[in-house]
Amino acid sequence: MMEKIKDFLEAAGWPRLIIGLFLLALFITAPFVEVNIFTSLSDVIVRFGMWGILVLAMVPMVQGGCGLNFGLPLGIIAGLLGAVTSVELQLTGLGGFFSAVLFAIPFGIALGLLYGVLLNKVKGDEMTIALYVGFSSVAFMSMMWLKLPYKSPDMIWAYGGSGLRTTISVEKFWYHALNDIWTIQIGDHFYFPTGMILFFAFMCFLVWVFFHTKTGTAVTAAGSNPEYARASGVNVNKMRIISVVLTTVLAAVGIIVYEQSFGFIQLYLGPFWMAFPAVAGILLGGASVHKATIMNVIVGTFLFQGILTMTPSVINNIIQTDMSETIRIIVSNGLILYALTRTITIKSAKVKA
Amino acid sequence: MPDEILLKMKNINKDFYGNQVLTGVNMELKKGHILGLVGENGAGKSTLMNILFGSTVIKETGGFEGEIELDGKICNFESPFDALDAGVGMVHQEFMLIPGFQAAENIMLNRELTQRNLWVDVFGERLSLLKMEEMVERAQKSIDTVGVDLDAKTLVSEMPVAHKQFTEIAREIDREATKLLILDEPTAVLTESEAEIMLSVVRRLADMGISVIFISHRLKEIMQICDELVVLRDGKLVKEVPTKETNPEQISEWMVGREIGGGPAREEPIKKIEEMETVLKVRNLWVDMPGERVINVDLDIKKGEIFGIGGLAGQGKLGIPNGIMGLYPAGGTVEFQGKKIKLNNPRFALDSGMAFVSEDRRDVGLLLEEPIDWNISFTVMQTQEKYLKKFLGGLIKWRDDRAIAKLAQEYIDLLEIRCTSSRQLAKELSGGNQQKVCLAKAFAVKPDLLFVSEPTRGIDVGAKQLVLDTLHEYNEKYGITIIVCSSELEELRSISDRVAIVSEGRIAGILSPTAPLKEFGALMLEA
Amino acid sequence: MSTLKSKDNNIARFFINNAVPILFLLFAVLAIPMSDLSIEYLIAEMITRLARYSFLVLALLIPVIAGMGMNFGIVLGAMAGQIGLIFVMDWSIMGVPAFFLAIIISMPLAVFLGWMAGIALNHAKGREMVTSYILGFFINGVYQLIVLYSMGAIIPIGNSQIVLPRGYGIRNAIDLVNLRKSVDRLIPLEIGGIEIPVMTFILVAILCVFIVWFRKTKLGQDMRAVGQNMEVARNAGIPVERTRILAIVISTVLACIGQIIFLQNIGTMNTYNSHEQIGMFSIAALLVGGASVAKASIKNAFVGIILFHIMFVVAPRAGKTLMGEAQIGEYFRVFVSYAIIAIALALHAWRKNKEAEFARRSLRVDTEEAPGTSK
Repeated sequence: MMEKIKDFLEAAGWPRLIIGLFLLALFITAPFVEVNIFTSLSDVIVRFGMWGILVLAMVPMVQGGCGLNFGLPLGIIAGLLGAVTSVELQLTGLGGFFSAVLFAIPFGIALGLLYGVLLNKVKGDEMTIALYVGFSSVAFMSMMWLKLPYKSPDMIWAYGGSGLRTTISVEKFWYHALNDIWTIQIGDHFYFPTGMILFFAFMCFLVWVFFHTKTGTAVTAAGSNPEYARASGVNVNKMRIISVVLTTVLAAVGIIVYEQSFGFIQLYLGPFWMAFPAVAGILLGGASVHKATIMNVIVGTFLFQGILTMTPSVINNIIQTDMSETIRIIVSNGLILYALTRTITIKSAKVKA
Repeated sequence: MPDEILLKMKNINKDFYGNQVLTGVNMELKKGHILGLVGENGAGKSTLMNILFGSTVIKETGGFEGEIELDGKICNFESPFDALDAGVGMVHQEFMLIPGFQAAENIMLNRELTQRNLWVDVFGERLSLLKMEEMVERAQKSIDTVGVDLDAKTLVSEMPVAHKQFTEIAREIDREATKLLILDEPTAVLTESEAEIMLSVVRRLADMGISVIFISHRLKEIMQICDELVVLRDGKLVKEVPTKETNPEQISEWMVGREIGGGPAREEPIKKIEEMETVLKVRNLWVDMPGERVINVDLDIKKGEIFGIGGLAGQGKLGIPNGIMGLYPAGGTVEFQGKKIKLNNPRFALDSGMAFVSEDRRDVGLLLEEPIDWNISFTVMQTQEKYLKKFLGGLIKWRDDRAIAKLAQEYIDLLEIRCTSSRQLAKELSGGNQQKVCLAKAFAVKPDLLFVSEPTRGIDVGAKQLVLDTLHEYNEKYGITIIVCSSELEELRSISDRVAIVSEGRIAGILSPTAPLKEFGALMLEA
Repeated sequence: MSTLKSKDNNIARFFINNAVPILFLLFAVLAIPMSDLSIEYLIAEMITRLARYSFLVLALLIPVIAGMGMNFGIVLGAMAGQIGLIFVMDWSIMGVPAFFLAIIISMPLAVFLGWMAGIALNHAKGREMVTSYILGFFINGVYQLIVLYSMGAIIPIGNSQIVLPRGYGIRNAIDLVNLRKSVDRLIPLEIGGIEIPVMTFILVAILCVFIVWFRKTKLGQDMRAVGQNMEVARNAGIPVERTRILAIVISTVLACIGQIIFLQNIGTMNTYNSHEQIGMFSIAALLVGGASVAKASIKNAFVGIILFHIMFVVAPRAGKTLMGEAQIGEYFRVFVSYAIIAIALALHAWRKNKEAEFARRSLRVDTEEAPGTSK
């Protein structure tokens, strides 16, 4: 019995244990500081659903050996383009949601291909460059949003301006399109967005299926040991591009799921910082720069969003101050810092494919 | 020059975790003499030098037994810095130079001439200014002592290879204390004319009173400048003799011969090579593999034979399979089963029916973070689409984990791979068992021709025999042509039908396995 | 004939090596007329910005020498400087003494933060830039913990003017009335209606002299060695890890001083924002000046500040003239700032990979009897 507990503790790792215990402590303290547990739990679950696919998007690139995707905004932009197109066409409900996804996918593939080709040329420095590719593309799109030919009055600046607004409401279109499917509502406080969670589970399933195929296996090998993969006849560069495209498309889908729950499409500098909670989420779940599993995504997203949701409400009530922003900064960046400074055995040298 | 003894190595023993690498080595070196050190790979040369130079790896693996006496004093070097302080310098094969620095800066690296200023008193030694002009002057003097035409201000990145070598030597002799210089294959990367200069430099250093240990496989050079030479074999010092009292033939014999003309010969009759058809034709093969460069190789491999390729380390034998299988840039013509093979394309080689067990288990041969069954099945899954279940008319190729586990279990049983299960991670296996996994991976592909490099490196004796027997069995039962590259001559002679020796990137010669050992030695030591 | 060819080659090489500054120069030449800004205005702006940013950008040079890339950790030094300024404002010290006191107070904190950053970066070899970037954010969180929550509560602050109405935490914007332009105007000089901050430039000049001198010291030489090849340096006995940490400490301390210079020039401190973009702006400027992750000089710093800030000032106006909205110009300058870093990093990584490939080739023995050895 002790052995089993010890094995579990070792597999879980210190960061997860500490944060898990902390989260538990918050939940326990909650009722004593007049924070409703059920409301909090619902909040956590909703945020889990919102971020889940964005965190899931990290997995293909990590497995493929391209590192943590600090360039997530690129995929998010593909998703924004899809969402905005759907609203332009006045599509509503579940159909509107899925059409947004459908429109986003070709953008995701195109951007992913370009991104993948770039990352292949800079092997070893992927993460730093991804960071700045992400930032520059958000800034670039900010210029574009002002000029793209979208005309729907729900989206453009009022008073006869051209260019899209910063924030676009989707209430009339596909707000809660997923959340409202088979919702479970218990009493006044507990709310479970079944539809969104199911969709997340479905996306996880798709990713799981992919990594069980021949190509998915090759992608994992390419990330695990590029030399081995190459010697086995695998085109490592191609596998890397596949992983980048997959990540970008997942990010595109992820942001649309986020928006349908949140209620708004955020353009311009909206996606600027969005890579960081996703990176922090998957790292908290136990992933490393070289390896990530779906379990990492689920555990990490839940813990991370749990902390982000609970800490403000509980601690603020305890010390009667709002420290949520500061705590969020310390926790998420602290996690990423921890992962970056862990000693990793260096994999074999650069590969030509 | 009085014949004083500078260095005495007495009864040196060293083992790495139970594996005896040096046994009872006794050696003497006089002042101002050049000692040649000769031996096959694995004979113990590097280990002996590591002990002399104080490499930390020696201490980390349990230290050594025996005594080193330098200039009459017993030495106990805890680190290379101790050795340097005592006057032992070493020029390694990989250059230890900063490319963006001048020769002078490299020569004086971390021993720069400095000038105190008031900041030193406040913030510490390292804020003293460098006296660059004086450094250049002094470095130039050392370079002139070495006797080459090199400006101390030249940047290392702009120097030809030979000058980099000389800069390293200049650095060692710039240390006033240097009494002994160890040179490890100094002429390996030099052209003929540069090598000549190097040899005269070494001679000059000796004449100045510095003793030199000259490690080389080029007998011509050893005969040319060494006063004495020492032959190591299997960790024992086989012979120490003044150069003028011996000849190349004798030296080769000492290097490879267990007993003169002895060694286990093959038991079975050797195949009649002349009557067999050629299955692999290689012409003008060159391979750019760092450390194992192939310059120009021609081979005709017969169908169904076991062809051994031997030679000293770094001479190019490992480059041959790596080049043909597309792992390193290569050129030339290769024809397999009558079809031309596209080089620089691992997939093409695999699809043509060839497979390769790499000498580099960790970096090329295995996915350390994945389980055994992944490792064994990966290549055959990717290239032949086996162990996959197809859905939706071939659109989805699902990894058949159960079939993979079964495949793995077959090989675990066949090769006696010691593991907890087919799902154990490759990194947790011992070296020998890892090697078996690599073999299984190649066998699973069911190749017509198999390249195996260093098949028994790092494997214990029992497993060694099993590996060799398995290769033999596959050759007999399935008619697979096998090409074995190995540094262990004995192993090659015991299973091959023919053995080629590679020297300096070319085939030096092809012998029958029953040929006398000294012939092998002679081919290896060809200058 | 061959000399002509090599001359062409040199010109081509010059353009490739200096592609980025040349591009920016082109931009300036095209955009300035479009922006309708007068040359006098631009000159005045550039003088101000040189005074403001030079110290900070120069603080980036030393980690580059030590092979640690662009040090986003200068943000840590900036935060230390700001804490020093808070105390100076609290104790109502005035003028130039306030400036020097701020430096003295924040120095130990800057050294401590630099030390920590150096240790973190030693654990992330090969990933220094991302790590220092994240470290900046992390420490920003800690900074907020101190400045926004502890000051006025656990750390006594006497001057209620700088404290938030709720009773603790420093205000968002502090008017540095005590030392506004105190250093700038120490030696007053006016040419053609433009104020020249002479003393500030003298301080910058002192830093330049320091950097030039530092390169010639043993420590500077050790850093250069470590920056090019850690293994060789280690083998020669140079304490690699310690040297790297020292590089970061020096950079952080210089950034601390630089931030104080910056703020006394601007005159207002945005307690929670002034330091945030400092890393990105300084690094972008240095890269625009032609520096790379592996090589940066004083010249790169000055050229870069001028070119980058011309772009910065001109872009919104040019955007308005060209596309009808200033907004595009503003996003354009954000885009350019980040894109330039991305391009510089990508070029460097690409070149590094190519060089490694080439280095392997040059070890090849060129014997005459070797057919098929291509070059």
